[in-house]
Amino acid sequence: MRQRIMQRVGFALLALTSLIVVVPILLVVGIIVARGLNAVSWEFLTAMPREGMRAGGILPAIVGTILLTLGTALAAIPVGVAGAIYLSEYASDNIFTRSIRLAIINLAGIPSVVYGLFGLGLFVIFLRFGTSILAGSLTLAIMTLPIIVSTTEEALRSVPMEFRTVSASLGGTRWQGIWKIILPQAFPGIVTGVLLGLLRAAGETAPILFTVATFFLPRLPQSVFDQTMALPYHLFVISTQVPGMPMEIQYGTALVLLVLVLSLNLVATLLRSYFRRRRQW
Amino acid sequence: MCGARMNDQEQQPRREARVEPVSTARGLGQGRDHHWGEFLVENAIRVLGFSAIGFVVLIFLFLLQEGLPTFFRVELPILFGQRWYPTFDLYGTMPLILGSVLVTIVAIAIALPLGVATAVFVREVAPNWAREILKPMIETLAGIPSVVLGFFGMTIVAPLVRDVLGAPTGLTAFTGALLLAYMSLPTIISVAEDALDAVPKSYRDAGLAMGATRWQTIWRVVVPAARSGIITAIMLGMGRAIGETMAVMMVTGNAARMPVTADSLFRPVRTMTATIAAEMGEVARGSTHYHVLFGVGIILFVLTFMINLAAASVIFQKRRRGGLR
Amino acid sequence: MVEQPKIHLEHVGFTYNATSATTGAEPVEALKDVTLSIPPHAITVIFGPSGGGKTTLLRLINRLNDMLSGTRRTGQVLLDGQDIYAHDVSVVELRRRVGMVFSLPLPIPGTVRHNVTYGLQLAGMRDQTVLDNALVRSLQQAALWDEVKDRLDDPATALSGGQQQRLCIARSLALEPDVLLLDEPTSGLDPISTAKVEHSLMELKKHYTIVIVPHSVQQGARVADYAAFFLMGELMEAGPGRQVFINPKNKRTEDYITGRFG
Repeated sequence: MRQRIMQRVGFALLALTSLIVVVPILLVVGIIVARGLNAVSWEFLTAMPREGMRAGGILPAIVGTILLTLGTALAAIPVGVAGAIYLSEYASDNIFTRSIRLAIINLAGIPSVVYGLFGLGLFVIFLRFGTSILAGSLTLAIMTLPIIVSTTEEALRSVPMEFRTVSASLGGTRWQGIWKIILPQAFPGIVTGVLLGLLRAAGETAPILFTVATFFLPRLPQSVFDQTMALPYHLFVISTQVPGMPMEIQYGTALVLLVLVLSLNLVATLLRSYFRRRRQW
Repeated sequence: MCGARMNDQEQQPRREARVEPVSTARGLGQGRDHHWGEFLVENAIRVLGFSAIGFVVLIFLFLLQEGLPTFFRVELPILFGQRWYPTFDLYGTMPLILGSVLVTIVAIAIALPLGVATAVFVREVAPNWAREILKPMIETLAGIPSVVLGFFGMTIVAPLVRDVLGAPTGLTAFTGALLLAYMSLPTIISVAEDALDAVPKSYRDAGLAMGATRWQTIWRVVVPAARSGIITAIMLGMGRAIGETMAVMMVTGNAARMPVTADSLFRPVRTMTATIAAEMGEVARGSTHYHVLFGVGIILFVLTFMINLAAASVIFQKRRRGGLR
Repeated sequence: MVEQPKIHLEHVGFTYNATSATTGAEPVEALKDVTLSIPPHAITVIFGPSGGGKTTLLRLINRLNDMLSGTRRTGQVLLDGQDIYAHDVSVVELRRRVGMVFSLPLPIPGTVRHNVTYGLQLAGMRDQTVLDNALVRSLQQAALWDEVKDRLDDPATALSGGQQQRLCIARSLALEPDVLLLDEPTSGLDPISTAKVEHSLMELKKHYTIVIVPHSVQQGARVADYAAFFLMGELMEAGPGRQVFINPKNKRTEDYITGRFG
């Protein structure tokens, strides 16, 4: 009997702990939505900033973040998916493959600010891209790579081995099997992984600090060698560097960034659960 | 043709891609395996796969190239001294290193019990509906950009900390640790959950069959069995915490003082990541300060590399698999 | 077996985990010094207790074992007198000539039509009439045409288990192979579907060389023109089906057939 009571108390404590974990999450999202909603208007989303960013909109930051995310996608998806195909379909279990895996695990663990340093050293200075969308996108792409590789590899591996065997037994080459059977089936999983990687890139600040982001630039970028504003950096700047910044604009910017990233997150989650339920094997 | 030729190359499953010479008519040699396009694609994939290693090496090389000059320009006693005043050419990194360590340790101390308890609740106790609510929320937390959390920390958490503690400022090591704890929770919870999931059902049955309650079974059988996975979770969470930049920079006050006094936790502190992020934008390329910041980057890289290596070795031990798929 | 054999195995041995110093798994010798001739246009039954090397043997004949790493093979496998493991052999061409049907029906995602024509399309066949003809012919040969002729564009997974298995047979037949390997093709099927598959095999052997691992001794006895009994990777006995199943020479064959172990 005493044990029963102890168990009840224990389970209740666990539930309470879970509440302690999730309530702040609700608070973060709730408070930012509640306070930011007032600031968000059509003008806020589509106008240039004015009066030292204390008025007007955040269009260049939104455009900048979209461009950076697209650039990241262009660079990271081919390399990441190819790397995953290699690891899942070609690599045999040897020292070399293991070092690739280890490299990817470590890439995933490198602090984002160190990526920023690397981007500064390689793209901005050594390759002379300057602080530019190109340098920033490539830096974000390398940071995103391990996420795309590991989720894509998982998606490929979840396609049963038998499909590869069947394709081979019908005279398919290894690549035909991958291209015609494995990739189509792993596609939803790959999309999910890519989205998860890209939303990370869209929300990151540290890697773009020294590679692309600019404090205040009230025009849209013209080429990949231009600097640009970006939402995360903009939020950082207006909340820490600009005295007298109206709180409303700060919350509004936070809200736009949050919505952008969380909607990507939601799409990824929905896709994943949808295809998990639909899977045939 | 027999055993001797079956060397390692021969057994690799990528043989089909090899160009096979042609022989007789309806013989076996009419090599349609010989797609040059396919050959190209496969080699491109291989090269791209290898490039992952290339990047890690490149990152380290560039950090070294820009960071190593530190050791020729700054004397070691100064470099590992206690004072970080770049304006006066004092580059003592100890306050930064200790600042990172303090914030990380406190963050993990907060996150570990919360994370493991939540993982246990989600995996072992919670009814389905609760799980369906909890999991997406934790995933949401993982998706929130660190700058947004930092902003929230600045505007909401820091004033709260200040009022509760009656301190002059809410921008303290503790505030940073609190934020970091929540930021590492998604990692810790999901890895710990996987570890609990991997414990065979028979363990639970055995515990229950011996007359233990579910509560006792969880803590005496299941959690100990998942120990190595939970350790991995802690290490990955630590790696995440020590490398976190924006949120920490925004809420810790960024005072480069040695966090050695008893009240350090509730006073401003400065981490390695925040130092790089805050100062790199303003230094002249090639200056001593510039190289020192890269040097701090090397320290960070090596630290996280070791943490991840340790975590990876646990993972590798667990999933050794013969051959390939 | 006076005729030139279709397939001839000469001192074939096969070991899994042969080079697995890294993984630490024990080597497993799946086949030991097997010498066996398989005549054309007949059904050869490979049977014996599980773990005897039957599946390994089938997969050797179309080189599916190449897909595994850490294995070692010795001896020769000849198809029409030609060594299929020789350097200048195209594995892809070999697999088109030696089709295989697996124990689980595993349709490729897609329609019935797509499943049957998949192999031809892989081979680069674009001509729609050729594809359509192959579709009809192979579905008929697999005794499936009547059941699916109105459902060609339905997803293959919508067929019943027995239909799916015959679809997999049709899929192999579309390539007009010389040899058809079947690995317990009826293990998941009900008796009626099993009978249909067995019946179509009887028809098919007029055109193809068939090697089958049956899912029971009874099935083996029903379809065998020739039979070979394997125990622990060794060939115990081989000969005409009647003789092996009714008058086995080897004591252990007899024990197995009469159900004394297995």
